Amino acid sequence: MNTSKEILTGLLLDEEVTLSLGELSRACAVHAEWIVELVQEGVLEPSGADVEHWRFGASSLRRARTVRHLQRDLGVNLAGAALALDLMDELQALRDRLAVLDRSC
Amino acid sequence: MEFKDYYEIMGVKRDATQDEIKRAYRKLARKYHPDVSKEPDAEQKFKQVGEAYEVLKDPEKRAAYDQLGANWKAGQDFRPPPDWDAGFEFSGGGFTEGDASAYSDFFESLFGRGFGGARAAGRGRRTYHARGEDHHAKVLIDLEDAFHGATRTITLRVPELDPQGHVVTRERTLNVRIPKGIRQGQQIRLAGQGAPGLGEGKAGDLYLEVEFRPHPIYRVEGRDLYLDLPIAPWEAALGARVKAPTPGGVVDLKIPPGSASGRKLRLKGRGIPGKPPGDIYVVLQIVVPPATTEKAKELYREMEKELAFNPRARLGV
Repeated sequence: MNTSKEILTGLLLDEEVTLSLGELSRACAVHAEWIVELVQEGVLEPSGADVEHWRFGASSLRRARTVRHLQRDLGVNLAGAALALDLMDELQALRDRLAVLDRSC
Repeated sequence: MEFKDYYEIMGVKRDATQDEIKRAYRKLARKYHPDVSKEPDAEQKFKQVGEAYEVLKDPEKRAAYDQLGANWKAGQDFRPPPDWDAGFEFSGGGFTEGDASAYSDFFESLFGRGFGGARAAGRGRRTYHARGEDHHAKVLIDLEDAFHGATRTITLRVPELDPQGHVVTRERTLNVRIPKGIRQGQQIRLAGQGAPGLGEGKAGDLYLEVEFRPHPIYRVEGRDLYLDLPIAPWEAALGARVKAPTPGGVVDLKIPPGSASGRKLRLKGRGIPGKPPGDIYVVLQIVVPPATTEKAKELYREMEKELAFNPRARLGV
């Protein structure tokens, strides 16, 4: 299918790019209802007044997929996954700080 | 093909109860979950554990596996005995939530066919149209690629059903443009490069998550870089102009007089390009010249004599 030398240019999902509820659901291979639950739990914070106009930042994709994996692989519930996600973010931030400090000592 | 000892992988005895197996799985899954674990081979381990659990949690599959006998050793060359699975039917259990494409040849040769056939039949029953699934993959790039942009060739392993309904993995190579200014963890969406659609459905998208290889000189935080810059004691004390490397090229850097070790100097806008671009933080490291010659020793002794300096003054000693 794509073994040619053709060079593909994709869309970089940076701060200026947002995803609709449909795009995010498809990218996570879940029903939109599940994404709505994540918003109600406070895991994702879309902009836009109502569901039809919700726009999700690019980081939502990583967060939603991580929650999905935690639920599927470890059997944690949504609240537990949300907690794990926050702790993982904190852990990552600390690891980054540590990487900077480690070499400066 | 190598024999896989699923009991060994799960760390349980061959007579473990279903509850014990479940507990072992949960524990290992938490330990090696690729989203959680930082162990280098976490993903590989996680897949192995998932495969082992897929077999051991299902009483039918487990019974069939046990029937192979307890004398096999992990890694031993293995061929399934003819009719080994007579009397078992795997159609019921099938794959649950596991990632089927990640399972080993060993697994496929034992349990693969029933499942593949059943799934294909289910799909083929009536024509219907659906958009293909979106796929996800990671791509490793160098920090320099984020400064200059680059084209990277990535190889993906794609599970597919062959005409007989077996799951086969096919390698697929893509050339992808890495845009300048990309950061760790960002995603690139390639429209239409995911799974093919069913019927007249469109193909899904491919999401590539970018990860930087660890760099020998720079540490990356968002768009900012950190660089340890060794300087001589006199450069720190008197101030100096020194050269410092950046991914954009060598720059001249002014060291202010009286700089302490660990002092951070900011090179504004020299980090990863963007709006706004990141900065480079140069962290000064004072390196002491060795006192290996008589001349050097003499200089140190002179400093000791001439400078009224107590490095431990703040400690009160």
